[in-house]
Amino acid sequence: MTFESPHIRVKDLNVHIGGNHILKNINIDIPDKKLTSFIGPSGCGKTTLLKTFNRLLDRNKDVQIDGQVLVDGENIYGKDIEVTSMRQKMGLLSQRPFPLPMSIYDNIAYGPRLHGTTKKKELDVLVEHYLTATGLWDEVKDRLNGSAARLSIGQQQRLCLARGLAVEPEIILGDEPTSALDPISTQKIEELFLQLKDKYTLVLVTHILRQARRLSDYIAFLYMGEIIEFGPTEDILLRPKEKLTQEYVKGYIS
Amino acid sequence: MSYKIRLLKDRLSANIFLELSLFSILTVVLIGYGLYYKSSPILQQDTLWHLLSSTEWKPFKNEFGFFSYIIGSLAVTGIAIIIALPLSLLCAIYIAEYAPHRIRQILVPLIDLLSGIPPVVYGVWGVLTIVPYIGDHIAPHFVDYSSGYCALAGGIVLAVMVFPLIVSILLEVFDTVPKELKEASLSLGATEWETTRKVVLKKSVPGIIAATVLGISRAIGETLAVLMVCGNLPMIPHSLFDSVYPLPALIANNYGDMMSIPMYESALMLSALILFVIIFIFNAISRLILYRIENRS
Amino acid sequence: MILATLIIAGSLLMILYTIASKGMQSLTWDIISKVPEGGYYIGKGGGILNAIIGSLYISIGATVLGLVISIPVVLYVNIYAKRNSWLANITRLTFDVLFGIPSIVYGAFGFTIMVYFGLRASLLAGIITVTLLVIPILARAIDEVIRLAPTELSDATYALGATRWETSLIFLRQAIPGIITAILLSFGRAIGDAATVLFTAGYTDSIPTSLGQPTATLPLAIFFQLSSPIEEVQNRAYAAALILTFIVLIISLSAKYFSKKLSKHKI
Repeated sequence: MTFESPHIRVKDLNVHIGGNHILKNINIDIPDKKLTSFIGPSGCGKTTLLKTFNRLLDRNKDVQIDGQVLVDGENIYGKDIEVTSMRQKMGLLSQRPFPLPMSIYDNIAYGPRLHGTTKKKELDVLVEHYLTATGLWDEVKDRLNGSAARLSIGQQQRLCLARGLAVEPEIILGDEPTSALDPISTQKIEELFLQLKDKYTLVLVTHILRQARRLSDYIAFLYMGEIIEFGPTEDILLRPKEKLTQEYVKGYIS
Repeated sequence: MSYKIRLLKDRLSANIFLELSLFSILTVVLIGYGLYYKSSPILQQDTLWHLLSSTEWKPFKNEFGFFSYIIGSLAVTGIAIIIALPLSLLCAIYIAEYAPHRIRQILVPLIDLLSGIPPVVYGVWGVLTIVPYIGDHIAPHFVDYSSGYCALAGGIVLAVMVFPLIVSILLEVFDTVPKELKEASLSLGATEWETTRKVVLKKSVPGIIAATVLGISRAIGETLAVLMVCGNLPMIPHSLFDSVYPLPALIANNYGDMMSIPMYESALMLSALILFVIIFIFNAISRLILYRIENRS
Repeated sequence: MILATLIIAGSLLMILYTIASKGMQSLTWDIISKVPEGGYYIGKGGGILNAIIGSLYISIGATVLGLVISIPVVLYVNIYAKRNSWLANITRLTFDVLFGIPSIVYGAFGFTIMVYFGLRASLLAGIITVTLLVIPILARAIDEVIRLAPTELSDATYALGATRWETSLIFLRQAIPGIITAILLSFGRAIGDAATVLFTAGYTDSIPTSLGQPTATLPLAIFFQLSSPIEEVQNRAYAAALILTFIVLIISLSAKYFSKKLSKHKI
């Protein structure tokens, strides 16, 4: 299934890691300002696919990436691409939250400072804005200079989201961002994702089918490094065309 | 800060850092080459085999035979390892497999402290306790006379010095044996000791070899502590209670005095080169073994 | 087994006891606070302040110089180079091997470069040689903490648009306790090592006032005084050994303390 002007377009992507063919002939369009989920059994390549989007994958040795990933029509594996500014367009939320080793305030201010905002007043505004946007402001406003490592893990994950939003990305990549969280924190993150859909393009890797159903507009099902089926959420979960998808959705394979 | 300056900083640091990394790799080559360059005069005068196998050491007659020094080094190192290996092995097994958590927490830092003590302090300790004890109490049972400054004293002091090195590497090696393997053995009805012997030790053979080799190379290169207690007479020892003169002591004792005789300096540099080559090879081999163990776990 | 452990642990206590009991007998305030006076080496007055200060100069100089070289290398290997790249592995192996090279070899090599550049035995030559000795110690200790920092930390900074240089700064901040431990380890090793400074730093009774002057060091002060036939002088060697042991123990213990204490923000 294709879109007219997708935010990300993957063309004939093949990834080999240490001689293993991890992703096979991937072609997929990620629509603008929608939430697209990658589902599939563990080891199917969904996280690898996500990491090709901001080129975090090619920091490892023995990784060979062929094909194209076009973001806003520009191939991020092209020769003249500036990886640093390209990555800035994409926020990343990893499986476990990793606050930077500094205070809550500095965590949020880190990105803006890098990109040229240095005035204390402007930073104050930004910090309050993004902490409010992730529902953290009331919880942490009295200890902005406290260590980020002292927050609960759910708060840390929301802090990481706020930190990512503060560099004004266009795309947010979530790599099973709730897998380390308790149910209540998970719910908060999910609510945030639903709110963010208006402004950002979201790509979510998840192995929880119910989560994919609650959040996504589109779902891609991956199996053994291939995209088996891609379509609107209802179609994939309720009326899958492929036999493998049916079996996965019913829980026969996992 | 503008984007360009940030990228510039990134590239600049990458270049400088890379050059420093390459430079530090090059240090090894530089040390080897520098020592070789300095010792080449004597290698042109005599064959390496002759230098290594001759016992004639007469700098004023231009005769340099390293044999007794090499034997001296081998003697103290051999004694040290014979003492240190079994004790360290038993100690490491105890700490890794048997010791209660609290005792382990006291012992490990204590052994670390031992490794921090400077060689010269070991030397002073050797002079104060080991040397007189050997001279007065041990040697009289075996030989007519010994001053106590002898191969055995050097070996004991060295053994104490390599304990912490061997024990700490062994502890790391034992740590890589999977817990499941031990549990599997225990659940098959093996006793603790059988498990240790047949599972832990068997799995750790390469690591034990690596630790031993590292211990040997530490001992063979140790200078001051040994020099202070081993007597420094260039002869082939006939018993544990004879004086020996190891290679590092030869360098340390004579450097500076030898400038008047050109070949002398070259000879001393050759002994440094010999030490360097032996220790380089030993270290590289045992590190590669240890990397393999690390990757396995 | 327990016996073996007792022998090993006991040898440490025995060393400390011997040094302490012998050293205390002749340790006076004069030894710590004065430089050698005329006739010091035949038993007259004075102390070894020259050696204490000289050793501190050399250890501080070498550790600082060593950090300037080892930190960039560790950062390159862990952050700039690809993970487990050929260069990274070779660099690690190099430092592991250099770590095992005995100080007498560094001393001999240091002496050759000293002669090559026309330097005299001096504070500077001593610092350079001891730097060679401590670089592998520093690099290995810092590498260990930075390598163990989670990769997600770099993923996070890169995703925020940070460059490798900016990411390095975050990793350094994360590794501060480890770096302090490394500094202490290196300092302890530098201050206690004799074979490196034997030919390169010289020996003098005065405190050096410039890098070009020779300097006394504690280990050599012990070594030289112990080889004196005069008992009075030998006793001072024991006092000096006690001072050195005390310094090194304080350093080791604080290294232990810092490696346990995590930094405020560490994850």
